[in-house]
Amino acid sequence: MNSFPWLTVLGAVPLVGSVIVALLPKSRPLLAKQIALAFSIIVLGLTIAIALQFNGSTSEPFQFVEYHQWIPAFGVTYSLGVDGIGLVLIALATVIVPITILAGWNDVEEPNAESVGSVKGYFALILALETLMIGVFAATDVFLFYVFFEAMLIPVYFMIGRYGGAQRSYAAMKFLLYSLLGGLFMLAAMIGLFVVSGQLTGRGTFNWFELVGLDIDPTTQKLLFVGFFFAFAIKAPLWPFHTWLPDAAGAAKPGTAVLLIGVLDKVGTFGMIRYCLPIFPAASEYYAPIIIAMAVIGIFYGAFVALGQNDLKRLFAYSSMSHFGFIALGIFVFTTIGQSGSVVYMLAHGLSTAALFLTAGFLMQRHRGSSLLSDYSGVNKPAPVLAGFFLFAALSSLALPGLVSFVGEFMVLLGTFQRYIWIGALATLGIVITAAYVLRVYQKSMTGPVGSGLDAIKDLRGREITALVPIVVLSIFLGLYPAPVLNVVNPAVDTVMSVIGATDPAPTVGSTSITSEGTQQ
Amino acid sequence: MNAVVEAVRAVEETPWVMPTLDYKLLAPILIILGAGVVSVLFEALLPRAARRPAQLVLVFVSLVAALVSIIALQGSRSLSGRGALVVDGPGLIMQGTIVIIAILGAMLMAERGLDPSGDAFAARASALPGSEDERQFTARGYFQTEIWPFFLFAVGGMLLFPVANDLLMMFVALEVMSLPLYLLTGMARRRRLLSQEAALKYFVLGAFSSAFFLYGAALLYGYTGTISFPGIAAAVSSTTGQTGLLLVAVALLGAGLLFKIGAAPFHQWTPDVYQGAPTPLTGFMAAAVKIAAFGALLRLFYVALGGMRWDWAPMLWVVAILTMLIGSVIALTQSDIKRMIAYSSIAQAGFILVGVVAATPAGLAGALFYLIAYAFTTIGIFAIIMMVRDENGEATHLSKWAGLGRRSPFVATIFAVFMLSLAGIPLTSGFIGKFSVFTAAIAADDTWLVIVAVIASLIAAFFYLRVVVLMFFTEATDETAEVAVPSVFTTVALAAGATVTVLLGIYPQPLLDLIINAGVFVR
Repeated sequence: MNSFPWLTVLGAVPLVGSVIVALLPKSRPLLAKQIALAFSIIVLGLTIAIALQFNGSTSEPFQFVEYHQWIPAFGVTYSLGVDGIGLVLIALATVIVPITILAGWNDVEEPNAESVGSVKGYFALILALETLMIGVFAATDVFLFYVFFEAMLIPVYFMIGRYGGAQRSYAAMKFLLYSLLGGLFMLAAMIGLFVVSGQLTGRGTFNWFELVGLDIDPTTQKLLFVGFFFAFAIKAPLWPFHTWLPDAAGAAKPGTAVLLIGVLDKVGTFGMIRYCLPIFPAASEYYAPIIIAMAVIGIFYGAFVALGQNDLKRLFAYSSMSHFGFIALGIFVFTTIGQSGSVVYMLAHGLSTAALFLTAGFLMQRHRGSSLLSDYSGVNKPAPVLAGFFLFAALSSLALPGLVSFVGEFMVLLGTFQRYIWIGALATLGIVITAAYVLRVYQKSMTGPVGSGLDAIKDLRGREITALVPIVVLSIFLGLYPAPVLNVVNPAVDTVMSVIGATDPAPTVGSTSITSEGTQQ
Repeated sequence: MNAVVEAVRAVEETPWVMPTLDYKLLAPILIILGAGVVSVLFEALLPRAARRPAQLVLVFVSLVAALVSIIALQGSRSLSGRGALVVDGPGLIMQGTIVIIAILGAMLMAERGLDPSGDAFAARASALPGSEDERQFTARGYFQTEIWPFFLFAVGGMLLFPVANDLLMMFVALEVMSLPLYLLTGMARRRRLLSQEAALKYFVLGAFSSAFFLYGAALLYGYTGTISFPGIAAAVSSTTGQTGLLLVAVALLGAGLLFKIGAAPFHQWTPDVYQGAPTPLTGFMAAAVKIAAFGALLRLFYVALGGMRWDWAPMLWVVAILTMLIGSVIALTQSDIKRMIAYSSIAQAGFILVGVVAATPAGLAGALFYLIAYAFTTIGIFAIIMMVRDENGEATHLSKWAGLGRRSPFVATIFAVFMLSLAGIPLTSGFIGKFSVFTAAIAADDTWLVIVAVIASLIAAFFYLRVVVLMFFTEATDETAEVAVPSVFTTVALAAGATVTVLLGIYPQPLLDLIINAGVFVR
């Protein structure tokens, strides 16, 4: 329907930028940053152009479809397309990247004893990663998705391993091996799916549209589902596959951590909605109770550990794990509101994670890079603006009404209540703990008497404020008026629900009015 | 007693028929072996100064001629030499790859720009290590040009190996390929004692495995009454009952061939030989011997013994699992890059076996693709190992690779790509290779084997990435090696290895088409 290959161009632009930045001479670090920022803003512009053309009301779920043969011998196609879910996540990625570049402007010094990489290398890696992130959300071929999914590990591996702090080598290796473990099992399951599709249709395929239509017998589904889900659960990460995340986040630069947790980890939950559910509906239903249990445990486990953490970056990692529990919960309760809520939650979590990590990063940079909570107190006196943004990030993380994270969390809980009232009640308790640890962090670090060595720290600079303002604006705007997101997400979720043959439970009297209001239909 | 006399008389009374040879079909092999003979004459007749240029011209011209004649044979499917040789699609693909790898390997062997005292081979292999003679020869700048006839004969044997269609021809090919390699292994210029020890080990163990092969061949002949593969296939599928002799024969033949591909538990020679042999030779051997030996293994098991897959598959399952796990686990503990790559090659042989066990056209195609991808990556890896040097020659200890990414980002990046390819990360040829053999195995219901392979891949990924960690995430020290600037020979070989590794990862379809169109073995 659209002859111009928008998505390919969108993905190619950052790659071109990455190559240009990598080829610059080492003596021009500033130019490298400027070019990287320029390219990321062009990509953002392209994304906006795509989003404006996206038709939310058409019956065609996937738009900007591209289809080319790639490896016919294995039934592999280069096929791209976005539905509302993919579009929202691509938008998230393309918004976060320029913010990260701007916020991390001075994060990478010229090579010294601390880091071994060059400035241009860091920004080239960010742009290369952006290409892969766009690809992973836009692929409609399982093989292509897998290629992006695995290739994505490499830039992150280098970003942690070359540019991270203490323990970077260990954290990078742990991250990569964990992800590879999941990825290799997914590879086996993906090949299994290919073979099964060959048996069912006579010609093996990796095309998502053909795979969704297959009638795979439930026993096979259960086996293959495990392979896919395992990879996504490590990626997201769900309890008990999370142990790599705190190490990776703790060792990474704040910018790397934002991309990793804010965007990359969403590939896990995105994969569950896009691949696990529609291709293996029977298995999804079969495993749903276990996954819901994992999600709920994750909500509490992450929150409790966060409550006891003294390292800010690790604390945010555990808090994210708790949030991923909510996202997975919303997906596997099989209600329209729950799944739409999960998608909104992914977006919201990306924004709030970015705000948290970046403000914390600005703070740490001003205090010898220490990430220990106990090193900070009373920051709001010398640096009120920083403290203000930190408060905003904290409130966004605990889902204050009026912010987009509230919309997501509320919809997820509502969807859960529709299906399992007790699970919903239990998960709601998780919010309380979230509030406890978030406010504890704010109180300890920002209020009280000014800590030693903190009285002289400078407040945020213009560049840093510029990086944070878009997050604040987006969070508030979408929190008050989520319709633009919900309008594109809801049709996509309806398609998923109809593919898996799930129907919303009949509304009970009390929740009818809230339902229609909450989804903006 | 009478029976024997009868048999002898019967043989004597059979008129001897001159086998009709189709020279066109044999052209690639004849060109290389003929060039080997000419090469020997060069050594005998030419003055010392003229030998190297003459040999190089001869080697490259004959290899290119062989490649052209292989391409000209494309599409042939016929027997030659009364069925002793068979020219078919898979055989030609393997021959073609061997010749291309031989061209690249010869380039590495011809490299003279890296070591200040000469090439990678001893000035005079006959001089005792550390003796006055050796010093004299080195000081006078002697070169051992005898490596070239050895090299050509080895290539000739390799070309014969995957197209041999009876047990005797296969054995001859095995020996023609192996004997020159034993000698070449002992000819390293530096660390000569290590090199000679490796050569002796390789020779003794290799002779042992040849004996296994020969014994197996004799038993199989005893069981089936024929040495030709189609004849064996017919005999195997028609007989029932007493299969004890047959199974022993298959096990012995398998042991002989599995030794050559370095599969566990016949892998013990690999690390010593890889480490001791002159590096360009290691690179050539690691790539080409694997193709040739896998070609022979595939033909033996698919053509001659295809009818008894259910008997040999369990054996190969066990061997594949052992090979993958032993190779990848022991590689974890290696501190020498050449030994690490040796164990990696063992693990890779295990992955290829996963495709072989499938015993389907897809398994054959997958194994072929994997072999080709692996061969080019391996040549590239050894080209870089040759270039990373300190004052004592090649710096093979891994600690000397620390921080190489800062010193020489370009070379280190290429090496990282090779490592990622061997680890099977997408967008490299190694990923497509793994994908094709795993697909074949799952389609043949060997899912559990693939699960083991997946776990082994993960273990293997750890040591491949450890090199990346060393090169990029670690500070350079005083110990860190330098990357020497190579001549055009090594540069071309390295560029070819890197290009193929990336190209096959992004766009593998042309090669897959070639392999699929080549079809299956002629039975």
